[in-house]
Amino acid sequence: MASSLIIGQYVPEESVVHKLDPRTKIVMIFAFVIFVFFANNGWSYLWLTAFSIGAALSTKIKLRYIARGLKPVWFLIVFTFLLHLFVTREGDVLFDIIGFPIYTGALIQGVQISMRFFLLILVTSMLTLTTTPIEITDAIETLLHPLKKVKFPVHELALMMSISLRFIPTLMQETEKISKAQASRGVDFRTGPLKERIQAVVPLLVPLFVSAFKRAEELAMAMEARGYKGGEGRSKLRELEVRARDYLAVVVFILMIVGLFLLRDM
Amino acid sequence: MQENQIVFKNVSFRYQEDQPWVLKNVSFSIQSDEWVAILGHNGSGKSTIAKLMNGLLFPDQGEIFVHGIEVTPETIWDVRAKVGMVFQNPDNQFVGTTVRDDVAFGLENRGVDRLVMIKRIKESLEAVSMEDYLLHEPHRLSGGQKQRVAIAGVLAIQPDLIILDEATAMLDPRGRKEIISTVNNLRVETRVNLVTITHDLNEIVDADRVIVMNEGEVWIETSPRELFAKETELRTIGLDVPFVAKVTNRLKDTVEFSEQPLRQKELIDTLWTFHSQT
Amino acid sequence: MDISFTDVSHIYQQNSPFEYHALKDLSFSIPSGKFVAIVGHTGSGKSTLIQHLNGLLRPTKGTIEIGDYRLIAGEKPKEIKGLRKKVGVVFQYPEHQLFEETIAKDIAFGPKNFGATDEEIAERIPEVMRAVNLSETLLERSPFDLSGGQMRRVAIAGVLAMNPEVLVLDEPTAGLDPKGQQEIMDMFYQLHHDKGLTTILVTHSMEDALKYAEHVIILEGGRKHLEGDVGEVFTQKQTLKEVQLDVPEVIQFLMDLDERMGIRIPYEKQTIDVLSNQIKQHLKARR
Repeated sequence: MASSLIIGQYVPEESVVHKLDPRTKIVMIFAFVIFVFFANNGWSYLWLTAFSIGAALSTKIKLRYIARGLKPVWFLIVFTFLLHLFVTREGDVLFDIIGFPIYTGALIQGVQISMRFFLLILVTSMLTLTTTPIEITDAIETLLHPLKKVKFPVHELALMMSISLRFIPTLMQETEKISKAQASRGVDFRTGPLKERIQAVVPLLVPLFVSAFKRAEELAMAMEARGYKGGEGRSKLRELEVRARDYLAVVVFILMIVGLFLLRDM
Repeated sequence: MQENQIVFKNVSFRYQEDQPWVLKNVSFSIQSDEWVAILGHNGSGKSTIAKLMNGLLFPDQGEIFVHGIEVTPETIWDVRAKVGMVFQNPDNQFVGTTVRDDVAFGLENRGVDRLVMIKRIKESLEAVSMEDYLLHEPHRLSGGQKQRVAIAGVLAIQPDLIILDEATAMLDPRGRKEIISTVNNLRVETRVNLVTITHDLNEIVDADRVIVMNEGEVWIETSPRELFAKETELRTIGLDVPFVAKVTNRLKDTVEFSEQPLRQKELIDTLWTFHSQT
Repeated sequence: MDISFTDVSHIYQQNSPFEYHALKDLSFSIPSGKFVAIVGHTGSGKSTLIQHLNGLLRPTKGTIEIGDYRLIAGEKPKEIKGLRKKVGVVFQYPEHQLFEETIAKDIAFGPKNFGATDEEIAERIPEVMRAVNLSETLLERSPFDLSGGQMRRVAIAGVLAMNPEVLVLDEPTAGLDPKGQQEIMDMFYQLHHDKGLTTILVTHSMEDALKYAEHVIILEGGRKHLEGDVGEVFTQKQTLKEVQLDVPEVIQFLMDLDERMGIRIPYEKQTIDVLSNQIKQHLKARR
């Protein structure tokens, strides 16, 4: 019931993408983010778009829902496009909009950069849509494992991340509860001059902090009572496993990249 | 065989030196196989006792023994291996992002092998009837369900003693019932040593013995039946007896009770017997 | 203030995978000055319901009237602040809403937001401190120095200081010990009568509903399962059982007494002393 915030929210489905090892997903998405910058013509962008939409379809999550999740960034994409359209002065003048000359180069660059932007956001949001945060945490913990040698606190970092994840819904519920209690006492969080709205945050923040500290204290006590004494000597229940489908996904991905480079030269 | 599982010897405790004593010269012992309820109003010192039992706090004076080991900063890990504890707030003790992960937490801390872990998680969730919720996230569970998971987490480490520190205080009646029946089941099936801490006399009905705390001191050590007869005295320390006890205590001048009834059925049975002896 | 709900539904996150129907075609009315209990399990829609009473939530469907205020599905309500001033809500664990440096300031917070003058507030503070049974000497202390029970009283005082005409209480005794529970409930009962409030108590406790309320609404799965005067509702064992609620202890006891022994004592909110004497008389009469 907590919030209508959709971007980055996990949607449970039974799809191949959901079942992939989170490390596979992270590595592929990371690679994709890099390779997006190699696209240099219409065909290559079309190719990447087709791949991304194909991937999105294979998550079994409704496209309409994914698109709605991108809503907050549509504005940025359009804005980037317009900015390039009006600012760049390369190539021939195509036409005039109320005195502003629009150049061919500007159009191309505007389309390219907003496409890139769109693809990056679409693909990265697919990670959080199909992977539970805890899987992402596990993946990061194992991917960062080599850093343990240089005394990097990998276990502590992962534990911190997983506890934060665990408490995000709790704290969101709490925020909502307190803001409703204060709204019932006449606080108006939505209207009024900026100064008043900033002041309206104090009755929200103070109780939130008080309760978060209390929670932290009780949680620490509960963890201690349950025998937690640091990462040393701990075993782990969650185990990541690379399966055949992960290899298959990587092969598909590599073929896609090969395709991208072939299309670059067209 | 009965032996002293937990011994408090003249224990006094205060949070800071300039503050009043929370516990004053408290002594009692709890035998193995026993279910002891510690009762008291808010601020009577009852929860402090729980925290002293597994070394979350240490006494300023006196000694505490758990299974023959004195609780000191050096022995806490040995003590905590034997003592499992469930706290009041269902949210603030749920560490894992799912039910399975939360039950695993205590096992992971002890370095239990993964395959053993999986088996124990399954068994302990079955013991609290939560096996169908393995992958549920905490915010999708009710308070009672979260507390059952907490109990499973404690069971998984196979302790000798389980302390429920006001584990029902924040639950609705349904959740409360779930926990009480879970605890009763555990008693029957595992004979684990139990200490429950509460202010609700409805929850002590099945306990073997009750220790009532008031103002940091042991007010009385008795059985639930005897306690139910002490309605007036209990009211002076901010506690209230259940309805059955109230009616019983008011009928005593007319009806003869061979023993203080704990449940409505016992009361009606006595009345029926009385009524049919003409 | 009269309150009426007509075919009210509420859906959270409509048209998303997380869509949730919290209230379904709910209709009831509460005449001004009544003490009404709303009973139901967690998830029955109780907390969604009370958030409609001061416009924190608006109905997805249907109409709500509270005095002269109207909340209609699809329409932006006017004067929501006026409504909130008249409907005071004591949320569950209200002590969590405290934030000011001193108790006096925290109590003044609500009235100030609703435009009360400093003089009015200065007048109300001692009055509400008395109502919640706290000493005025505490006023300049920080609310965070108090015990849990005292903090709750301060929070309640902060709501009372708004001079509401309707008081909505969401599990006001949660987490208190028996003595604290009784003190708080007796206090609300007193206020209800002294100030002629309309009081809506949301509770899990059948015992409290029976003891304090005149009228009961039982919710289950967002729908109204049962409604009526306490006496009527709480004797319907079967209907209550359908939603896994128990009849209050005293009523169960009287039912058993009747069934096992043919002793029929009607429940009329008598005290335990009176009830016990009635039982004695029956027992003696039979001998």
